Amino acid sequence: MAWTELRDLNSTLQAQTGGEWVIENPRGAHALAVGLQAPLEVTIKGSTGYYCAGMNKEAQVHVTGSVGPGVAENMISGSVVVEGDASQYAGATGHGGLLVVKGNASSRCGISMKGINIVVHGNIGHMSAFMAQSGNLVVLGDAGDALGDSLYEARLFVRGKVKSLGADCIEKEMRPEHLEILADLLQRAGADADPSEFRRYGSARKLYNFHVDHAGDY
Amino acid sequence: MCGIVGLFLKKDDLRPRLGDLLTDMLISMTDRGPDSAGIAIYGDESQGLKMTIQSDTPDEAFKGLEDNLNALLGAPVRMRVVDTHAVLSLPEGSEAEVRAYMSEKGIRVMGAGQSMEIFKEVGLPKDVASRFGIRQMAGSHGIGHTRMATESAVTTLGAHPFSTDDDQCLVHNGSLSNHNRMRRELARKGFVPQTQNDTEVAACYISSRLAEGANLGEALEGTLEDLDGFFTFVVGTKNGFGVVRDPIACKPAVMAETDSYVAFGSEYRAFANLPGIEDARIWEPEPATVYFWER
Repeated sequence: MAWTELRDLNSTLQAQTGGEWVIENPRGAHALAVGLQAPLEVTIKGSTGYYCAGMNKEAQVHVTGSVGPGVAENMISGSVVVEGDASQYAGATGHGGLLVVKGNASSRCGISMKGINIVVHGNIGHMSAFMAQSGNLVVLGDAGDALGDSLYEARLFVRGKVKSLGADCIEKEMRPEHLEILADLLQRAGADADPSEFRRYGSARKLYNFHVDHAGDY
Repeated sequence: MCGIVGLFLKKDDLRPRLGDLLTDMLISMTDRGPDSAGIAIYGDESQGLKMTIQSDTPDEAFKGLEDNLNALLGAPVRMRVVDTHAVLSLPEGSEAEVRAYMSEKGIRVMGAGQSMEIFKEVGLPKDVASRFGIRQMAGSHGIGHTRMATESAVTTLGAHPFSTDDDQCLVHNGSLSNHNRMRRELARKGFVPQTQNDTEVAACYISSRLAEGANLGEALEGTLEDLDGFFTFVVGTKNGFGVVRDPIACKPAVMAETDSYVAFGSEYRAFANLPGIEDARIWEPEPATVYFWER
């Protein structure tokens, strides 16, 4: 990236059908490796800015540093692994694929997720999984305020403390099928954790239909 | 948007490079704020008082100023002109008299103190930094700002940092919603903002709290109670450097720390040229949490 223009880099990657690629000197650049649509293996050596690996489809993107806001936003499939921390709204609106953050993710992690799986080895910030529709959010550390506010059918698994639950988000029973999903995700994310240590949270489904008594929830 | 940068050296080895490093940080944030830019730098302490002044017509305004101040104060005054700004070295205890004189002559006072110098102008960060020779400046810490104007006009006085007391300054990304009420409260306490800018109200707030005896950490805690709106503040004092974000924390912030320094940036890009950044501890400051360092 010290010599290549961002547009040239992204259009080169977008034109590939496979292969291994290494991006050096990302220097916090925005929108790196976005819109990939083939099973490439891309390694970004260092830290990135906003929207890294956005709209990803099939590619395996590995960032050795930290990422700015909006990593893997609207991911369709493939995987994005971040060795460091992720800033706000990691994995927002993702439809599929796997996002792994080995450090911490900050606020609004998985906001409006629509099928993506997100595994955070550290903690997540406030308003995470807000309006999350489907998929799984796994947190090995703690969760901040208002986890799962206005949640639909996404499953949230947290091993540590939850500071507070958002409107309509409740703790739910961990059934064998959930332990199975969790064990698979932990294994795929390279996380050495026992599924039985996690608690599951989900939607109480009380906000699905308008009921005037719920006006006070907001 | 706006971009903020800050660099606080924990050791003296990087002192000669402070201006150079801060300039790179500032220029990297140009996309976030191309309207104006400014920097406050804490350099060598002077024996007396340093005062940074500004005029849109410096040739006229600064002509003979040194001699006039010598005569006014009956003590030696030195003046270093830097583009539209000038840094005055004044005898101790002369601040009020000199401020009154500047006000009469229509010359703006950007800030004063024992070690702080402050330079800000309308224009691209790279041009502003080069006009003031920021790269050549040495010091212990500094903060900078690139502005995308929202709350008040694009003018020199609307640029950040804002300094509202000796050796204190503040930069801000965000917008305050209760600044008019706070402005009246602070004015009653004797801290009168000079512009319509919401950020200056925050700077006055910090100054008022410090004047009441709060330490930097307590003053920053107070912003969470008393100021309403979106904000990421970075504050400099003579010996300190502090950061605070509002509880919603939608304005971006990232920090890096090594054995040599603590750095703040609106984005990671601001850190790309810092020495040893590859091995720095990098984290995002938590909402409603005060961070500060003093030396």
